[in-house]
Amino acid sequence: MSDTIARPADAVVAAPRVPPPMAMLAELTHRCPLACPYCSNPIALTQAKEELSTDEWVDVFAQAADLGVLHLHLSGGEPASRRDLVDLTQAAGSLGLYTNLITSGVGLTEARMNSLAEAGLDHIQLSIQGVSPESADRIGGYRGGYERKMAVAGWATNAAIPLTLNAVCHRQNMGEIDEIIELAFLLKARRVEIATVQFHGWAERNKELLMPTREQVERATRTVAEAREAYQGILVIDYVPADYYSKYPKACMGGWGRVGLNITPSGRVLPCHAAETIPSLSFENVRDSALSKIWYDSDAFNAYRGEDWMPELCRNCDRKKVDFGGCRCQAMTLAGNASATDPVCIRSPLRDRLTREVEQLAAPSTTTTNYRGRA
Amino acid sequence: MTADQPMISGSSVVKLARGVRLHEDTVRGQTVLLAPERAMAVDDIAVAIVQALDGERTLDDIAAGFAEKFDAPVAEIAGDVTAFVQELSVRRMLEIVQ
Repeated sequence: MSDTIARPADAVVAAPRVPPPMAMLAELTHRCPLACPYCSNPIALTQAKEELSTDEWVDVFAQAADLGVLHLHLSGGEPASRRDLVDLTQAAGSLGLYTNLITSGVGLTEARMNSLAEAGLDHIQLSIQGVSPESADRIGGYRGGYERKMAVAGWATNAAIPLTLNAVCHRQNMGEIDEIIELAFLLKARRVEIATVQFHGWAERNKELLMPTREQVERATRTVAEAREAYQGILVIDYVPADYYSKYPKACMGGWGRVGLNITPSGRVLPCHAAETIPSLSFENVRDSALSKIWYDSDAFNAYRGEDWMPELCRNCDRKKVDFGGCRCQAMTLAGNASATDPVCIRSPLRDRLTREVEQLAAPSTTTTNYRGRA
Repeated sequence: MTADQPMISGSSVVKLARGVRLHEDTVRGQTVLLAPERAMAVDDIAVAIVQALDGERTLDDIAAGFAEKFDAPVAEIAGDVTAFVQELSVRRMLEIVQ
């Protein structure tokens, strides 16, 4: 048609402008002394020799700040396994980035905590695997881990670094949620984050062990609501419910390529930590390309932006602006097609099958644990 | 549970908690209040209030200062200041000095 040919190239960009990213998760390393069976790292872990150097990371941080990133999450693996953690924190802070250290605590010492405080670390998020040494160390696969975490929480408070306690909950520890919240209060945390396990990567391999029951999920939701009231103004409680028991999918990542991005230890740039489970996508690397070019122009980031990619079911649904079609990686895992409606959605033709599968997985079983990196 | 919930009133003295800070977001052309996992866009009035939270003056003192500076009724300003500070408190963004 002639008017298509005559249209100037610029006019094609009628779609809403892509907003700059708010947050960046920097997976500094995949090395970690713990072996949690729900780890969100990929099954194929990156080797230490492939990791970005200090200078390469600082350059990525500078690009991120220029691009509009506000929050920088220093994560892993265990970020304390990087010897240059204090230097990286200092560099990020001097660029104006809000620095959040996401850590298991193992690998930190009191001296290192004080150095992080001096370097301007804004916030620390400490993971716990349970509320007793026995349960926590069994899940984390690391003896002495619980005790170390309690010490780390004290060092953070003494150094005046604001503390969030973070717990992934699953069938093995779902009954401990009220105790997790109380522990956060006792450790003087300002915030506690309770996130139901998401079944990607290692967690996918441990579904039978980790899938919560419907009763557990309902009780957890009530516990959180009561605790929010009891601790108002004292403890912020962030809770990620189990989407397998929800009616509608989660607004995964706040929408693909809309809010945040992930950098893997070797510099690949992902729209979310599980994105590499989608085989049709290929990901660019900060060693080869500018971060802004990857965010705005790469095929992987543009793959599920907007609604052109959506199946009709989603495109005609008023919730498309609420949940953006749900989680692409979950669609890949459960429907075998990353462009399908998230099978969690009650409108998905796959929902009934998923409900039956979840019930089977949540039933008591005597499965073995596939520890991260050891299975 | 032994948690005592903080109450905000005109006699409260507060300051921003460590880990909470204003940031000039030049990319989006706005000022944001940054906290753990939160970025709150703030307008000029909110910025002025946040900057006045010095951990020394009471909220009533701060409101009286604004009333004089902007020639506005003190009761109305005090209400706005307390409501905003209450909101920050619930979000755990404040250290309550007294």
